[in-house]
Amino acid sequence: MLPQPEITPLNKSWWDALSGGQLLYQCCSACGARWLPARTLCPTCLKQELEWKAAEGHAKLLSWVVYHVAYNEAFKDRLPYNVALVELTEGPRLISSVLAPLNELRGDAPLVLKIETEDGIALPRFQLERSPQ
Amino acid sequence: MRTAQYLSGRYVIAGIGSTAFGRLGLDTVSLNAMACCEALADASIDREDVDALLLKAPTSAREMLYGQKVAEALGMQPRWGGAWDQGGAANITLISFAIMAIETGQCDVALISYADNPRSGSGEVYNRPRGGDAPHGWYSPGAWYAMIQQRHIIEYGTPQEAFGAVAMAARRHGAANPKAQLRRSLTMEDYLSAPYQIEPMRRDDCCLVSDGGAAVVVMSAERARELRVPAPVPILGLGGANTSAELQNRVSLTTTAAVRSAGHAFAMAGARPTDVDVAQIYDCFSVAVLMTLEDYGFCAKGRVNDFVRDGQIEIGGRMPVNTSGGLLSETGMPGMQLIHEGVRQMRGSAVSQVAGAKLCAISNQGGAMHTHATLLLGH
Repeated sequence: MLPQPEITPLNKSWWDALSGGQLLYQCCSACGARWLPARTLCPTCLKQELEWKAAEGHAKLLSWVVYHVAYNEAFKDRLPYNVALVELTEGPRLISSVLAPLNELRGDAPLVLKIETEDGIALPRFQLERSPQ
Repeated sequence: MRTAQYLSGRYVIAGIGSTAFGRLGLDTVSLNAMACCEALADASIDREDVDALLLKAPTSAREMLYGQKVAEALGMQPRWGGAWDQGGAANITLISFAIMAIETGQCDVALISYADNPRSGSGEVYNRPRGGDAPHGWYSPGAWYAMIQQRHIIEYGTPQEAFGAVAMAARRHGAANPKAQLRRSLTMEDYLSAPYQIEPMRRDDCCLVSDGGAAVVVMSAERARELRVPAPVPILGLGGANTSAELQNRVSLTTTAAVRSAGHAFAMAGARPTDVDVAQIYDCFSVAVLMTLEDYGFCAKGRVNDFVRDGQIEIGGRMPVNTSGGLLSETGMPGMQLIHEGVRQMRGSAVSQVAGAKLCAISNQGGAMHTHATLLLGH
């Protein structure tokens, strides 16, 4: 069983939207800044006029790690597994994982979103975007 | 902004003291009190001379009013006392705070201490997930550094031998240090053949998990003369800066607040990186050393392999780093041992002494390179 995320008043809309098939990010209505994870004040202009927007689902792979040791029972059977730092085309970044063989991972590789539901949690994961041949 | 250059050399580290390192089976209040007694003895002063007791909060188990518990254990009622939470940067930050307080007449002599017992107590803090990202398997502080290490490799093609050179230097110096927890030297073959923990990070890139306590006494150079302190070491430069943002929100993963922190410290000391003879660089993970060497200006960004290879950061090399073994070999304690070794190098009493060394740079940092502080000691 995957460890369950901690749902808070701040991030509930984000997790709910994933269950509905959308990856959201926050945007400041006043200055246009965009970010993840959820917060109350815009980190750029400090206003509280925030709105949620849906990401189109394109991103790039900034960095990744491969776990060869499991720090939680749930991941023992998945070793070795990757955790990735992903930057959405819209700008916000998130921790995720890439659904690809480890030897195919490259820095700045283009990615596409694939939301997968596992143990009741809808998780934003990514696949390598195959360039059209 | 006024620089702190007028403070350079006006304050000293008057004494250093520590417990043994390893698995000690003692509570952290006791370890702090033991380290403080050693530091007072090294400075040849009494606790009655001290009117500030500043603690770095223990990493593995948070407690309320922690500084007051240590004061009680020492039978002290200091004018200033408490615990500061800034990860591994806190030790040097507290030295800065002590100097600010003394300079403004708020106190006279400060004891600064840190202790923790994750080896015999709970190491859980080092295995925990990061908030909502646990379902992706995002666990352990080591992973933060591995993520930064991978980005450094992507941007600069940093070879794995560069990371190995950091581990080899620490282990060589640790093997020579009778007090070190891990006294086994390491070859590049050993390094490269050890299994990955969190790839690209290998076993020997990761610091030890240790019990222990360490403390320093800070006062003005003038007060040290009055109290006949036997071996005071002048503080020439101090700096601090914080990146603060979580890993995923940092503009750059491969440059940190170390740049600003070192800039403040070198400006205060009126010195340049090329003046440094020996350095104690925070090595919770080997990538932290490589990036700090770049950020401090010892070499250009992305060129650190040329700086560390062929034993150049080992004793006898161009600029020896972590001459008592650092977090990778002496003790995993977050940072105070590096200050101690800087003091010994400037006293000329280190086990792996750099002959004629006159300037030592010391870095402390915390979180996933969230926080940074710099100390320059010298004559």
